[in-house]
Amino acid sequence: MSIEVRIPTILRTYTAGEKAVEGSGATLAELIDDLESRHGGLRDRLVDDRGLRRFVNVYLNDEDVRFLGGLETPVTDGDHVTVLPAVAGGAGPSPHVG
Amino acid sequence: MLTIELATYDAIIAHARRDHPDEACGVVAGPAGSDRPQGFIPMLNAARSPTFYEFDSADLLALYRAMDDRDEEPVVVYHSHTATEAYPSRTDVALAMEPSAHYVLVSTRSPDEVEFRSFRIVEGEVTEEEVEVVESFLTAEPDLSPDEEFPPR
Repeated sequence: MSIEVRIPTILRTYTAGEKAVEGSGATLAELIDDLESRHGGLRDRLVDDRGLRRFVNVYLNDEDVRFLGGLETPVTDGDHVTVLPAVAGGAGPSPHVG
Repeated sequence: MLTIELATYDAIIAHARRDHPDEACGVVAGPAGSDRPQGFIPMLNAARSPTFYEFDSADLLALYRAMDDRDEEPVVVYHSHTATEAYPSRTDVALAMEPSAHYVLVSTRSPDEVEFRSFRIVEGEVTEEEVEVVESFLTAEPDLSPDEEFPPR
């Protein structure tokens, strides 16, 4: 068993076009590190030095991990993780550059 | 070029007018690879702001799940500017994450004048494209020039 991670179109350049990849880890941060070992460059698109990037949404099963524990959210085999870039913009400056 | 049905074009403008002075946003989904925006899906602007929009995080997941189940993609991603021109702002460009989508911008700065423009936004580069409004995809004339006639004579 492992954790399935669904990858959005714009990040599939890091997964050789795959829509979903598998990984393991006890927390979301560990899972992302594990993915990075096979899909170099992916981590940088998901996290910055303050944690998860502001305009990248990561869901554990159906829940936005921001409402769970962010990068420290525990994950287990059989979980489904979905990555979706925010759909956002607007005439003014972004309220949170990130 | 963006080819869009009149009913969808009107629905996007109506949504933008309705939510004015806040920005309105949504997508028009279509079969993956078809370039045909068929399913109008207005979204809630979770930012409820006259200068920013963002799909609600839970709504975003539900939207992408539903499109995925139907083998659809967001052919059009639209939003409004409420005091400025219908042209992608620096924020729009920085946050554009769908390189294959038509980014439609509507301006509601004038109550009488319609500003509806479409752009590609790829890796920070903005390219405006023509907008063709058709009555219906079903009755639209097939765009075949004589030497592309099928079957060949």
